[in-house]
Amino acid sequence: MQLRSKHLIGIEPLTRDEIQLILDTADSFKEVSTREIKKVPTLRGKTIVTLFYEASTRTRTSFELAAKRLSADTVSISTTASSVQKGETLIDTVRNIESMAADCFIVRHSCSGAPLLLTRACRASIVNAGDGSHEHPTQALLDAMTIRERKGQIEGLRVAIIGDIRHSRVARSNIHLLTKMGAEVRVAGPGTLLPTGIGKLGATVTTDADEAITGADVVMMLRIQQERMDRSFFPSLREFAKLYGLNRERMKRASPDAIVMHPGPINRGVEIDHDLADFERSVILDQTANGVAVRMAVLYLISQAAAGAAGGAGTPTGGAH
Amino acid sequence: MKIKARIMDRKKIQRAIARIAQEILERNKSPEDLALVGIRTRGVPIAERIASGIESEEGLKVPIGTLDITMYRDDLSSSQERAEVHRTDIAFSVNDKDVILVDDVLFTGRTIRAAMDSLIDFGRPRTIQLAVLIDRGHRELPIRADYAGKVLPTSRKEVVQVQLEEIDGQDEVLIVEGEA
Repeated sequence: MQLRSKHLIGIEPLTRDEIQLILDTADSFKEVSTREIKKVPTLRGKTIVTLFYEASTRTRTSFELAAKRLSADTVSISTTASSVQKGETLIDTVRNIESMAADCFIVRHSCSGAPLLLTRACRASIVNAGDGSHEHPTQALLDAMTIRERKGQIEGLRVAIIGDIRHSRVARSNIHLLTKMGAEVRVAGPGTLLPTGIGKLGATVTTDADEAITGADVVMMLRIQQERMDRSFFPSLREFAKLYGLNRERMKRASPDAIVMHPGPINRGVEIDHDLADFERSVILDQTANGVAVRMAVLYLISQAAAGAAGGAGTPTGGAH
Repeated sequence: MKIKARIMDRKKIQRAIARIAQEILERNKSPEDLALVGIRTRGVPIAERIASGIESEEGLKVPIGTLDITMYRDDLSSSQERAEVHRTDIAFSVNDKDVILVDDVLFTGRTIRAAMDSLIDFGRPRTIQLAVLIDRGHRELPIRADYAGKVLPTSRKEVVQVQLEEIDGQDEVLIVEGEA
């Protein structure tokens, strides 16, 4: 089995089987990072470009390590030190770099839909590393991998997603993924941070964090995205922390073996209490570690899909041996 | 697919594997340094059977690892069959070991090339040797088997199918007609 598309724009277009394939492949690639020599030659000769129009530590490092551990050549373009500053458009930038024989672009952009636009403007593979408030597919995949590791399976789990849902592409990708895989998803946040129509994605919606957390197997906290808030969405961070922040007291409502997740970066003391971020059932660092394996899997599978789309008429090989 | 010939049955496979275990012990002076690495999928149960052969002969538990060579293939951009990546699991140090790579069929040698590259990424074995159940010829690389259950001359169009109890529910080696 392989992916149908050579791009990864979101979780929404993926089938359950495709998600399963990515997660299984990621499980296999995880072993590479435990080796003394953390490298395999799988994508030797491929050129992978990270193009981030927004700040990032985790995602960018994770994608670069994933590409390097697969032996691809990586180029990282930071928009503050490139011709973007001189007014070059997104499409022109990508087309120019593509003409230097780049195979894949990993793109983060503040505009929802920017990666999709690029799939129509160039021949290379496009991987969405977060676009506006649309999707952040690899984050949802690494969350799913972490949940699977801890809980065995996703189907039947109760997952609470709490905080700034409105600005969160992580929440959208996670709702798509978790509902496709058969989990029950509840989202909670202040009314101003719950976008209209979010319930149509398949999650139940509430403004009461306690209600969402009660009986949950997974508690996923989201970061308050102040950089995207053009106006005041709630009276004060202190009030938000009180009503929606995760603390030991609130955590008691969850199932006794519930895990705590956060996509990072954490605002300690706002959406999550200091001690809870480091608490024994917090899997935040597992999420980051799994990010590399998931991105290796994604880069491998889209390269495979791209090869299938390009070649196709090669000679049939009957088992390598 | 049409079956052209049955080459080995359960008994013959058993005997061939027992003989391979024997030969491994004869040719390696320090059996405590031996390690077996099965190449997925069917090399894995064969490695396990060789290990139990060595254990009953020598009373020695040989460490066994599992190798998935997909990450080391040279045909990502040309292959029609879409290779799925599975887990590699080598829980022991390969340094200074006599590592026996185990596979079901030796054909072009490309799988073994990939397996050796992969193994060397785990360390520096003293030797790497190759054990296969069937050597069917048609090498594309300078690779040979140190231990072969059976040398089987075939035409390129034929397909050699090894079935093993652990995976396929029965032990059998068949030659079947390949797709035209």
